[in-house]
Amino acid sequence: MDVWSSLMDGFATALTPMNFLYAVIGVILGTAVGVLPGLGPAMTVALLLPVTYALEPTSAFIMFAGIYYGGMYGGSTTSILLNTPGESSSVVTAIEGNKMAKAGRASQALATAAIGSFIAGTIGTALLAVCAPIVVQFAVSLGAPSYFAIMVLALLAVTAVLGSSRLRGFSSLALGLAIGLVGIDSVTGQRRLTFGQPLLADGLDIVVVAVAIFAVGEALWVAAHLRRTPLHVIPVGRPWMGKKDWSRSWKPWLRGTAFGFPFGALPAGGAEIPTFLSYVTEKRLSKHPEEFGKGAIEGVAGPEAANNAAAAGTLTPMLALGLPTNATAAVMLAAFTSYGIQPGPQLFSSQGPLVWALIASLFIGNLLLLLINLPLAPLWAKLLQLPRPYLYAGILFFATLGAYSVNLQAFDLVLLLALGALGFMMRRFGLPVLPLILGVILGPRIEGQLRKSLQLSAGDPAGLWSEPIAVVIYIIVGLILAWPLIFKLVRRNRPAAAGPVPATNTAPAAPSGSSAHADLPVHPEGAAHPGSNVRSDSTVHADSTVRQGSHAHPDSSAHPDKKETP
Amino acid sequence: MSSLTTGLKGRAELGVALLLGAVGVLVFLDANGLVTPYSQSDPVGPKTVPFIVAGLLVACAVLLAVNVIRGGQGEAEGGEDIDLTHPADWKTILPLAGAFILNILLIDWAGWVISGTVLFWGSVLALGSRRYIRDGLISVALSLLTFYGFYLGLGIALPAGLLEGIL
Repeated sequence: MDVWSSLMDGFATALTPMNFLYAVIGVILGTAVGVLPGLGPAMTVALLLPVTYALEPTSAFIMFAGIYYGGMYGGSTTSILLNTPGESSSVVTAIEGNKMAKAGRASQALATAAIGSFIAGTIGTALLAVCAPIVVQFAVSLGAPSYFAIMVLALLAVTAVLGSSRLRGFSSLALGLAIGLVGIDSVTGQRRLTFGQPLLADGLDIVVVAVAIFAVGEALWVAAHLRRTPLHVIPVGRPWMGKKDWSRSWKPWLRGTAFGFPFGALPAGGAEIPTFLSYVTEKRLSKHPEEFGKGAIEGVAGPEAANNAAAAGTLTPMLALGLPTNATAAVMLAAFTSYGIQPGPQLFSSQGPLVWALIASLFIGNLLLLLINLPLAPLWAKLLQLPRPYLYAGILFFATLGAYSVNLQAFDLVLLLALGALGFMMRRFGLPVLPLILGVILGPRIEGQLRKSLQLSAGDPAGLWSEPIAVVIYIIVGLILAWPLIFKLVRRNRPAAAGPVPATNTAPAAPSGSSAHADLPVHPEGAAHPGSNVRSDSTVHADSTVRQGSHAHPDSSAHPDKKETP
Repeated sequence: MSSLTTGLKGRAELGVALLLGAVGVLVFLDANGLVTPYSQSDPVGPKTVPFIVAGLLVACAVLLAVNVIRGGQGEAEGGEDIDLTHPADWKTILPLAGAFILNILLIDWAGWVISGTVLFWGSVLALGSRRYIRDGLISVALSLLTFYGFYLGLGIALPAGLLEGIL
């Protein structure tokens, strides 16, 4: 059974007229919702989950493939035309993209983003098709202890590496794990945290949790701080690029892809780190460094490619290990489970046709995105002007509809409101949302693996590190947890390298060097700026670049909860 | 920024720590109340993980409280339509939540078409639109459209409620 013939079978399934139609619907819905401010791909998938329950799994996942890439593309359109990125992975695109748009080059910025996304997405999907079976071969040899360790690593890495405050990340994770506990324990049949309420016995439906946290929480939060002055949307024609734009774009596309895919495929994946690395690299290699900060096309082409390649990379651990590392993958995992399909090493053998149809439709979705969205860009720009009362009332309306239609019980709407209030609180106090969602979804799975491991060792805790892979992973976990401590020690021992002047870069070979922090338009005024998540994201990158081997960390003051270290 | 507002903000975030701690205690008490005989096939039992989660929650609660008292602050989330320069606008949120609760109370009795209309109309008004007639028409249209769309397209029968027999 080789990859090529399986993939061709996948294309045969995905290209039947009905399935192709679902792919088209998925791409259009995904882009439309992704363009809308405040709505990311994860929320799109969550909102549309109930709708797809009526479809057969293959069609549903073909549609998800379209929504996934469509949502990513929509987000970049918003950040180029509005300069206020909705998702953290589009932050870097907004830096140069919006400057280009302001200089009258919105068409070129959108074009390089669209074509770069297409190229990166296609290469990324091809790599996914090649890598996933290899990961599976490796994964079938793993037992419960290794799985337990990998899941712990994923949870900790997402919580500790992403986001500006570890403490708030772990708080969010703990809340998610607690929510995941609700319901009947699968092994002993004990009711946990149900408070005698029979409706809670089956646990909280993940659709309800995701829609509440993403959609209801967001709508309430925006309602509380709704901007009363209209935003300035830059009008745009049909995207196109001149010859010079092409010659300046193609290398950043490829380099961005090279950054994006591996980072996306790591258990601590995410698109933030590679988009940032790509930006820094392009700035260094560019023949027009003076244009950076004023709208350099390379600064759009590279990060956008990295973003999409990371999106494809994320699907590798999701499909091969059942391990989601971003919110969209987490919601898709929930979708798999609701169809009774368990992602993981067995998925490729038990549900081969479905997986390959999904991968094939990722290719198709990518191409459709390019064909449909280049001509439709002016229309998407108009969508940005939808009156805000309608937009957020609509989000609440469809969130309610989606959550209610899962079980048709009003009790779910009570949960929706309660968890929506929780989502509001988290946004107010800077608790990241992703750890909570991953906690809800991965929590029960981790518990299952833990109990299986200790069952094998008859209760001896040594059973947890009985496999070599598990030991290696625990060492990595230890390093991640101890990192701030190690980092402080290194800083103390090397005061020269940790000086406050970022221009003194001692490692010219490393593309992830420190000078970028000085160049990024990080807004020190923070609260006064609408996109204050720009600031928290730069912290993420700061941490990550350090992990890449560079030792200067000029921007530690961006940690809102850390005291200044001398 | 006056010292009073910063003081209030700091105190508000202590509420998060309080919530974390309360949930932690709740998880602990709930797990502690489970009665399970030790079994060879499941040495971990249903209590262990809740205990760990409860510990994590309480630890986070304590650390967060310390962090807030020392002057740490979570960063409120920004976005396209968010203007963080003005404080939370409760005059928008409370009517919005009201429309949502009305929908919950009405949905099984009056049916989706009526409760959905109330939800959308109420939300649009709460969010500041003042075109009552047009908003009302849009609300009714949306509710009817989703009702029939779900019934015909997806085979999901949303409750018809009071309008049973008419729809």
